[in-house]
Amino acid sequence: MTDAPTDDQTVLPLKADSDVVRVRQLVRDVATAVRLSLVDQTKLVTAASELARNTLVYGGGGEARVRRLTQGTSVGVEVVFSDDGPGIADTDLALTDGWTSGNGLGLGLSGTRRLVDDFHLDTAPGAGTTVTIAKWRR
Amino acid sequence: MERIPILRIGEMLLVSIQVDLQDHTALMLQDDLSNRIVETGAKGVLIDISALEIVDSFIGRMISTTAAVSRVLDAETVVVGMQPAVAITLVELGLTLSGVRTALDVDRGLRMLRDSVEFPVVERGVTPDDGRAD
Ligand SMILES: Nc1ncnc2c1ncn2[C@@H]1O[C@H](COP(=O)(O)OP(=O)(O)O)[C@@H](O)[C@H]1O
Ligand SMILES: [Mg+2]
Repeated sequence: MTDAPTDDQTVLPLKADSDVVRVRQLVRDVATAVRLSLVDQTKLVTAASELARNTLVYGGGGEARVRRLTQGTSVGVEVVFSDDGPGIADTDLALTDGWTSGNGLGLGLSGTRRLVDDFHLDTAPGAGTTVTIAKWRR
Repeated sequence: MERIPILRIGEMLLVSIQVDLQDHTALMLQDDLSNRIVETGAKGVLIDISALEIVDSFIGRMISTTAAVSRVLDAETVVVGMQPAVAITLVELGLTLSGVRTALDVDRGLRMLRDSVEFPVVERGVTPDDGRAD
């Protein structure tokens, strides 16, 4: 067997509040295993918490996929959040600090982007939302 | 469903969050604290978050709201024990926790509350005529 990163992938459902906690714990475990620094672990787990809540609240539920990344000598953690919800029509607006369509603080997407190394938002109206984040060991 | 215990000590309410907070549990704590302030006439609220491994925007909002509500109810809130990694992350996330008073640990938080609130005389620590201080 090779060390292909997909071997480590774990999929967790996001259907309830308690699932958000479970995602946080899994991301923490993988980040610890990959030996991210404590600050980087905290940033990644916080980002995951924000995105998991978005998947639940705005996406109407979905799932999180967590895996270890290996690229040459670099290692990291990737988390992918996906839902089949309404999608986001204006992504620039959604990524603006303080903008919320609900009653949040509007910092989930914008703040998360600052907390991670890689951030990718894939969404369209009616086509659901997928957010991919990654943090690499320094 | 988990519920965070609130301890009453004199005119103070003490909360130590020891679990990974679900959103629902955080909202319940916010409500419970407001109710207890009214019931007890507490003047100070101390929230220990030293066991919290993250503070995201939801928990941050709960803390800000609790501080604001308690102020309206004539009580001061101090949040103590935030881990350094949590503080760094919070700033980068963009959370300001405006209007929330913080202290490094429970001792300092209690002192802060005592200083800002007129508590009945509490014997504690060094008094002026205590020549054996330290
Ligand atoms: N998975 C999602 N599906 C649909 N809309 C979303 C999703 N995630 C975020 N959004 C939209 O982007 C906005 C900003 O999200 P965020 O920055 O997390 O702030 P908040 O959660 O406080 O509203 C949300 O209010 C919502 O309109
Ligand atoms: Mg959000």
